[in-house]
Amino acid sequence: MLERLQSRWITPWTLARRGVLGMNRRNIAYIAQYNQRSRYPLVDDKLKTKLVAQKARLKVPELIHVVSTQHEIEVIEKDLANLSEFVIKPAQGSGGKGILVITGRDGDDYVKSSGARITLNDVKRHVTNILSGLHSLGGKQDVAIIETLVKVSKLFSSVSHEGVPDIRIIVFRGYPVMGMLRLATHASDGKANLHQGAVGVGIDIGTGRSVAAVQSNLLIHKHPDTGADLNSLEIPDWKQMLVLAARCYEVTGLGYMGCDMVIDEAKGPLLLEMNARPGLSIQIANNQGLVPRLKHIEQLEDYYVTVEDRVNYAMTTFTRFPDQVRHNQLAELAPGSAEETPAPV
Amino acid sequence: MTTQRGPFLFFVIALFLVGVGTAAYRHSSYHIPLLPGAQQTVWQVEARVEYLAQGGATQVYLTLPPEQSIFRLISESSASSGFGFEVSSQGSQRRAHWTKRFARGEQVLFYKLDLAQDGDYRVEPAPAGEPDAPTWDEPYQTAALQLLQSVIPISADAASLAQQLSFEFNRAGANQNLSLLLDRYSPPDLMASLLNAAGVPARTVQVLELEDGRRRQNLTDLVQVWDGNRWQLFDPTTGMVRNEQLLLWQTATPSVLEVLGGSRSRVSFSIISQTRPATTLVDQNAPGFDVSLYNLPIAEQSMFKLIMLLPVGALMVVIMRVLVGLKTSGTFMPVLIALAFLQTELIPGVVSFVLVVAVGLMIRSYLSSLNLLLVSRIATLVVVVIGIITLFSLLSYQFGFMGGLTITFFPMIILAWTIERMSILWEEQGPKEVVVAGGGSLLVAIIAFLMMDQQLVRHLAFNFPELNLCVLAMILLLGRYTGYRLLELHRFAVFKR
Repeated sequence: MLERLQSRWITPWTLARRGVLGMNRRNIAYIAQYNQRSRYPLVDDKLKTKLVAQKARLKVPELIHVVSTQHEIEVIEKDLANLSEFVIKPAQGSGGKGILVITGRDGDDYVKSSGARITLNDVKRHVTNILSGLHSLGGKQDVAIIETLVKVSKLFSSVSHEGVPDIRIIVFRGYPVMGMLRLATHASDGKANLHQGAVGVGIDIGTGRSVAAVQSNLLIHKHPDTGADLNSLEIPDWKQMLVLAARCYEVTGLGYMGCDMVIDEAKGPLLLEMNARPGLSIQIANNQGLVPRLKHIEQLEDYYVTVEDRVNYAMTTFTRFPDQVRHNQLAELAPGSAEETPAPV
Repeated sequence: MTTQRGPFLFFVIALFLVGVGTAAYRHSSYHIPLLPGAQQTVWQVEARVEYLAQGGATQVYLTLPPEQSIFRLISESSASSGFGFEVSSQGSQRRAHWTKRFARGEQVLFYKLDLAQDGDYRVEPAPAGEPDAPTWDEPYQTAALQLLQSVIPISADAASLAQQLSFEFNRAGANQNLSLLLDRYSPPDLMASLLNAAGVPARTVQVLELEDGRRRQNLTDLVQVWDGNRWQLFDPTTGMVRNEQLLLWQTATPSVLEVLGGSRSRVSFSIISQTRPATTLVDQNAPGFDVSLYNLPIAEQSMFKLIMLLPVGALMVVIMRVLVGLKTSGTFMPVLIALAFLQTELIPGVVSFVLVVAVGLMIRSYLSSLNLLLVSRIATLVVVVIGIITLFSLLSYQFGFMGGLTITFFPMIILAWTIERMSILWEEQGPKEVVVAGGGSLLVAIIAFLMMDQQLVRHLAFNFPELNLCVLAMILLLGRYTGYRLLELHRFAVFKR
């Protein structure tokens, strides 16, 4: 009994020693401290996020339609009939609620990412639900966004069962501090939401290599559906992703946020959405507390640094593989020289 | 963005102290009991005045007891048909005054007062300076001085002087001076005068011995002596009186009863004691401005009995979320459910809540296929919930189960929203999440109910609404709590390795 208790619970001082950020502290010391209330609508409304990101030339999935009134549903009906791949999401949904991913057609029916078939009426009902505020905070009236489906990069095909794996990076005062790859599973119904059973893979900030993987708060080593090894993943275009995430700081002005990105087969890293209240599970996926990194950034006094500088600083400071990072950076400065000196591990 | 820690802590502590301080003040000066069900002894004293009216205008004056240390006047009334009645006061001395234009024959007047026995009510005023030395005719002057000369040396202070005098009074035959004086003066008057002559403030008073069930009692003459700190009672012949159950009726010189236009007047007293809940004896007449809920009409008072419990419920929700980390469906929905439980009792409340939500969910699953707009879907659910509640009430009444009728206390709009949220949760995240969120809400509601149902909590919340400032202080403090939540210790257990 006592043993069970000991294995399932952890003492607060151990958690503090590991630098784990708790919900209360996140809310008071980081979200309330660094995120201005007036900036929230920019990230809470995915349509606004998309527009402001496009202005800043951040790459985002292409917008097909915005449906803001009931009768527009009838208007877009024939457009939908011609589409076979698209995503419908509420502009103000939270926690991945209300996102409908259509990956194909079966005659007149639509095929969801889980493989289930739904009719055009179901799709229309989904849009109606979104408009009436079913998925938005406080039941506010909402608009539905229809955008292109992101094509999974081949590099991820072995680890993505359904849906698109997305990458969450916590950006604190413009510095990327922690990253996580979220993989949809059968249990999560194709959604990359850790609460719903998706797999979280911690990603090293310096190299883009996986460091740990969890599902439902338990450490795992293989994808539960595909069986792919999760310990040796390496995210392509990693630095590009970090730069994309770090630029979101200037765009939104939010000091503490989560940037969700995907890698499209053709277009590379795309910004999906931003979150002013990013969750804490990323710590579990990295098996690493956020507090020491946040404190480190808080102590910095250099304000007028470029995005590039911030990313480089974060990569060298927060990596678990410092030699590899140094090696990569040298390779960047002098192309071709990196091949000659093998990377020490 | 955020305020400094120091001023915030100061503010919270100040709020807390103001709450506790106000409660303590109101407890001490208005006698609002701190504990529920506190009982207090109440003496009901009835003075009965009888006299023979001569036919014509008649007036009766009855001296009333002054304010005194251990008895507190709660209420007074007079029963006397056909007489005008008023209470007048001269200084600290109060008098009842009956008047009638024409009266003949036997008249009986009643004056009734209720007294609460408090240990620590009010300190009596000290006498104003040295007493005037009395003047006696000869030979009494000489006798008195000689008597004092023999007693003063064997006494130490006012109290022991009075004690020694009463010792002399007790064996009056042995002292010629005293015998001479007692021929002329009554023992209490003589004793008071002698003490005054010695420079000790003293006066004759009339007291009523309070004993349960006594009838036709008379007032007793005693001597009240100021010992430097307080008035002590002395019986001229037996010495210091230690009986606490003595009601001081008269302290000034005029006689207790004065009748104009009548004869053969007499006053007698009957006494009974009762125990009453202390809350009914709250001092409404105390000095100062008491803004209390007692001043409201009864219907509003019972309303406030519930309203004042809400902060406690809100505090429980804050604790459950901030310290424990329980998920609920709708932040303060559990408080409203707990409030409903207060009316329905716990078990019937939980059963009817689960039943309404379960039936509601079934009907809601049909609604989701109708493609309704959100507002009309919620409105439909409100009607459905009312239907379910009506049906349950009728059924339980039919089967003679009266507890089922209290189901109407549930907040119907809130129930409709709860059903809606849970239904969406079910569709999006499966039945497991519904059980987690619903169970969490129910658990918080039950905990809030158990807290709000405590007799002590209910009593304090209603009688000391200022304690809500303390609740507020705690809520504010919890609002700045940055430590881990209890459930996070489980969530992050993987960090053990």
